Amino acid sequence: MTPPESATLTPPTATTPVNDIPETKAFIKEVIEAYPDKAKKKREKHLNVFEEGKSDCGVKSNVKSVPGSMTTRGCAYAGSKGVVWGPIKDMIHISHGPVGCGYYSWSGRRNYYIGTTGIDSFGTMDFTSDFQERDIVFGGDKKLLKLITELDELFPLNRGVSIQSECPIGLIGDDIEAVAKKAAKEIGKTVVPVRCEGFRGVSQSLGHHIANDAVRDWVFPQFDKNKKEGNIPDSTAYDVAIIGDYNIGGDAWSSRILIEEIGLRVVAQWSGDGTLNEMINTPSVKLNLVHCYRSMNYISRHMEEAYGIPWLEYNFFGPTQIAASLREIASKFDETIQAKAEEVIAKYQAQTDAVLAKFKSRLEGKTVALMVGGLRPRHVVPAFHDLGMKLIGTGYEFGHNDDYKRTTHYIENGTLIYDDVSAYEFEAFVKELKPDLIASGIKEKYVFQKMALPFRQMHSWDYSGPYHGYDGFAIFARDMDLALNSPTWSLVGTPWKTAEV
Amino acid sequence: MSQNNVNDIQDHARLFHQDEYQELFQAKKEFEGGHSPEEVAKIADWTKGWEYREKNFAREALTVNPAKACQPLGAILAAVGFEATLPFVHGSQGCVSYFRSHFTRHFKEPFSAVSSSMTEDAAVFGGQLNMIEGLATSYNLYKPKMIAVCTTCMAEVIGDDLQAFITNAKAANSVPLTFPVPYAHTPSFVGSHITGYDNMIKGILSNLTAGKKQETTNGKINFIPGFETYIGNLREIKRYADLMDVNYTLLADNSEYLDSPNTGEYQMYPGGTKLEDAADSINAEATIAFQSYATTKTREYIETEWNQKTYVSRPVGIRGTDEFLMKLSALTGKPIPKELEDERGRAVDALTDSQAWLHGKRIALYGDPDLVIGLVQFLLEVGAEPIHIVVSNSNANFEGELRALLDSSPFGQNATIWGGKDLWHLRSLLFTEPVYLLIGNSYGKYLWRDTKTPLVRIGYPIFDRHHLHRYSTYGYQGAINLLNWIVNTLLDELDRNTIIPSKTDISYDLIR
Repeated sequence: MTPPESATLTPPTATTPVNDIPETKAFIKEVIEAYPDKAKKKREKHLNVFEEGKSDCGVKSNVKSVPGSMTTRGCAYAGSKGVVWGPIKDMIHISHGPVGCGYYSWSGRRNYYIGTTGIDSFGTMDFTSDFQERDIVFGGDKKLLKLITELDELFPLNRGVSIQSECPIGLIGDDIEAVAKKAAKEIGKTVVPVRCEGFRGVSQSLGHHIANDAVRDWVFPQFDKNKKEGNIPDSTAYDVAIIGDYNIGGDAWSSRILIEEIGLRVVAQWSGDGTLNEMINTPSVKLNLVHCYRSMNYISRHMEEAYGIPWLEYNFFGPTQIAASLREIASKFDETIQAKAEEVIAKYQAQTDAVLAKFKSRLEGKTVALMVGGLRPRHVVPAFHDLGMKLIGTGYEFGHNDDYKRTTHYIENGTLIYDDVSAYEFEAFVKELKPDLIASGIKEKYVFQKMALPFRQMHSWDYSGPYHGYDGFAIFARDMDLALNSPTWSLVGTPWKTAEV
Repeated sequence: MSQNNVNDIQDHARLFHQDEYQELFQAKKEFEGGHSPEEVAKIADWTKGWEYREKNFAREALTVNPAKACQPLGAILAAVGFEATLPFVHGSQGCVSYFRSHFTRHFKEPFSAVSSSMTEDAAVFGGQLNMIEGLATSYNLYKPKMIAVCTTCMAEVIGDDLQAFITNAKAANSVPLTFPVPYAHTPSFVGSHITGYDNMIKGILSNLTAGKKQETTNGKINFIPGFETYIGNLREIKRYADLMDVNYTLLADNSEYLDSPNTGEYQMYPGGTKLEDAADSINAEATIAFQSYATTKTREYIETEWNQKTYVSRPVGIRGTDEFLMKLSALTGKPIPKELEDERGRAVDALTDSQAWLHGKRIALYGDPDLVIGLVQFLLEVGAEPIHIVVSNSNANFEGELRALLDSSPFGQNATIWGGKDLWHLRSLLFTEPVYLLIGNSYGKYLWRDTKTPLVRIGYPIFDRHHLHRYSTYGYQGAINLLNWIVNTLLDELDRNTIIPSKTDISYDLIR
């Protein structure tokens, strides 16, 4: 089953483009003049203006970044350890290789979890083999095996281990699969080798795929085995799994609460606040609910093929999309669930009305430029629309062609599209389009704040959140207001200098 | 309903304390396959004891929560201290993304660096084409005056040769032939971020000073900060030198880059050491480095290649600052002005005012070698007792120097040095042999939670408190800052421990 996305969405109604299309196209041409010829040829394919009625955004994606361009992209390790595997709270994820990767990804994403850190949960810790020169020369397999036995002794309540490979592992030819098998026998637990070396692929996106494949190959066999032995927990007709929610600031919880309220039973939550047990049991659900399509579509497709479990991409940003998604989810179940979904939508109406009554007038008509990772460049757009804000540019760090196709359902005619935008391009676009708010990542934040432009980090919710669900939308609205309407922006510009002019 | 007051919207810090979410967390446990609360409590208890400590210290292969990062992080911090310099990291691109995020989170400032974005093909064929294309692109887009190249572990493992690649890139017209492209090999599996700093400073200086040696000196003193993350320290050094009328060159001066004014316009390269000043540093009278272990190779290079005297001086605490000023005075013949004497007197006055709260207080600390030595100098000066000293990126020379420093004071007698150990080792130390106070970076907050040892945030990174990096830890004013953070954390803790009405609040005093 493919996600029937367009059915859940109201297509944008605007007939007047948000940006002047020919002008914006001409401007793109001007901007890329600064590149040397070879790089210019590559980059011009990644920048465009969306024209209504087209089936995608007209940009190339998921190809190698131009060397020296200052991309915001990360690597496969970041995709696997930082996103997919890292948030599984009761496993120990080893950053296997030199010290840096584990150190930089240590507590860098706010994947909230409930647990006793260092005892039965390990999400905000950094476990590394801290490779030294001798490990590069002689290989790290022996050290890895020893390390796993050591950690199992010191952290006996861990439910399993994953080995997150850093660049040197693949280059020196270590056999981490063999070590994983051996270690699993020794400690009697799941040990998952993940070949997510940073040089693989063009961005963190391949890391998500590799991480999904590792779940398929090293976790689901446990389900198959349990099933054969008749060891599957009791299931109900309402069992679902939340897939691809990393619980940034608690997003998965403010989502889960709604899914449970409409009468479904969430038996697994991936990967934010998730456990190995939940992952193992996922193939027993009736429907997989996928929030981050980009990072978890692979495993959802696999479960569809191997276990016949349908899946649905949903979007819990902003009341319009939340209601549409709840109805869509409920439509896969019986009338009881459908009636409950209506009840839940109605129940939260008062809360939403109050939020809109307070914030919409303060935000109405403000323009936004977005640039984030793999689902938010389209998924958060309706939340901005709910607040009366206008999106004038968007793009993905590591989106694929299908992401740009999906994006067409969310954006208006004339929206500027930039794939894997470089720091140089982004700065130029912002100077030209003059959005009222930039919503992007930490590396972009202070660049634009130095231009006195309100900014919100849309990877980490700027340390706020959750933004998912009805409860999250209230926080989202509050945060956009506090960013845009802060009096501090009016302090920029020295008064006696302004007076001179 | 959860957000029942639109004028008081609750984010994660309060939202999840509400009953409906607490129930959700409880219900979720049914599916988690977790351990019983009794089992968790039992193991948690076990991790606090001596038996666990011994097991913990017996580990040989596993590192948990290290207090060190890898070489290129230090290299690019050095690079952005030079005028209009773009750091270029040759290797796979994710590293640069991590470095930029890490620095940005600490300084809350933009941080520009590019990568040669090497992928599988480069792993097989080498990264020369990436270098040729990357230098051309970054030169054209970001218009730097210098591009400073270092490596990731990927480039090091496959054996890419920076010297040859840069020469060939220049031959291919990526950048003009005369354009400075200094480089440093910075393998992540050797040393740490302080090694990377050292390698890059050496690379930049050797590039810029080539052929610039004059017959006579320029009368200046060179300063090299080291892996310094306190903007206030660089400003303080410059202020001292100006007050003493010393002619100096502060090398790798990233204080403006990492703390630029908000004018409404973004500048990519604020401030930095002028390239011609850096080139002329070869002709200086002498070089003073403020860190030893972050400048080892650089100083060796300056001594042997430039034939210039180098010194290490850590202007931390009263005596450290005294020594620095006297060294500067001796080297330049300039007197130490009355103004600094007054500042010294005020700082000493502050220390004597607070000493009663610090005397004999047992303290644990961790961080980079030079930071730790500076802090120990200060602690010994005020009569506090360093007890556990953890340094992940330690070496034998450092441990010898630290031991000698500790031995020089009665307050250093109970100290133990834990070179090469990590913050999980420190956790065991704090549980088995508790102290009053812990000093370290933001990662120490996990130790604070587990062991309830109050934390004073000093070091890098500090992600979870605002603006501390703007202060100085150097000089007499820096001594007052250190004192302020330490003594007031102890007093906060005293208040917290004497706050329960009719139980502990007999000592809840107004006057301290």
